Amino acid sequence: MQTDVFPPEIDPIEEEIRHQDTICVNESVIEHRWYDNLKYLVIGLGFGVVFVKAEIISWFRIQEMFRFQSFHMYGVIGSAVVVGMLSVWLIRRFNVKTIEGEDIVIATKTFNKGQIFGGLLFGFGWAITGACPGPLFAQIGNGASVVLVTLVSAIAGTWVYGLLREKLPH
Amino acid sequence: MLDFLRDPWPWYVAGPLIGLTVPALLIVGNKSFGISSSLRHICAACLPANIPFFHYNWRKELWNLFFVAGIFLGAVLATVLLANPNPVVVHPNLAADLAQYGITDFSKLVPTQVLNWSSLLTLRGFLMIVVGGFLIGFGTRYAGGCTSGHAIMGLSTLQWPSLVATCCFMLAGILMANFVLPFLLAL
Repeated sequence: MQTDVFPPEIDPIEEEIRHQDTICVNESVIEHRWYDNLKYLVIGLGFGVVFVKAEIISWFRIQEMFRFQSFHMYGVIGSAVVVGMLSVWLIRRFNVKTIEGEDIVIATKTFNKGQIFGGLLFGFGWAITGACPGPLFAQIGNGASVVLVTLVSAIAGTWVYGLLREKLPH
Repeated sequence: MLDFLRDPWPWYVAGPLIGLTVPALLIVGNKSFGISSSLRHICAACLPANIPFFHYNWRKELWNLFFVAGIFLGAVLATVLLANPNPVVVHPNLAADLAQYGITDFSKLVPTQVLNWSSLLTLRGFLMIVVGGFLIGFGTRYAGGCTSGHAIMGLSTLQWPSLVATCCFMLAGILMANFVLPFLLAL
């Protein structure tokens, strides 16, 4: 029994808002139930283990990266990009479909000045806290409970961005 | 085997595993890898107010919140089952530098002498915990992505705006860590 209250048709205004910053642009017509999302929980689980075990969530590793004292983080990000690039190339080359048989769609990112201004602001925050958004969740799971405050503050930052969005240069 | 799992994992194990998240999410459900969007979905779900940026069907993005919940649980799992019994190995120059600011405890992945509940009430703690977090949330959304969405997903799909964003992340991080953070830590 499907209980989703949202119709499959996409309202153009809703579509416009959803496509800002290219959050999920996949307008799949396949209806999913909530527990279908457990697949992503499992992928996230593996991700969280790697984050902790490779010390990617370590404030110290991030400082070493920005001070050029260690190759570790450059190796992690660099090899992740190479593997990601190769995978995307293979997906395109062999026209790989999703497990539900849909075509794989990758959103195009358009340039705006936000990538510069926002990118710089985020870089400052990354070096101070030693975390990007993903590691915030993992640091809390690792036992640094005060990072919960950092996370709430990051949510507040996102909210304030939404509030000021029209006034900021893009 | 267990010793290998308990020791910190090298970059050439961790990096490729993270890279594989990109095709895994695409193949499992046509999802673009990105984590900072989860913060936006939380705003949309909890406090959209009358801000158009937060008025969209966030339920369609629920997968992203399951993904970050998984990251949290994975971190718990790794900490409970696979904890490294030794302190974090820190580059000697960094260790010497941090010692000047009273950071000598490397037993946890974060410097607990700076990032703890009681330091929230100090200027240093407030700037590093609250202001730092705010910059992460504001900056990533303004940039339209973070390390995952831009540096990994964006570069993997050869998008030059993501390269611009990644360079800005790194530039600002380098400036902050080398020239500004020492003053913050000295507070």
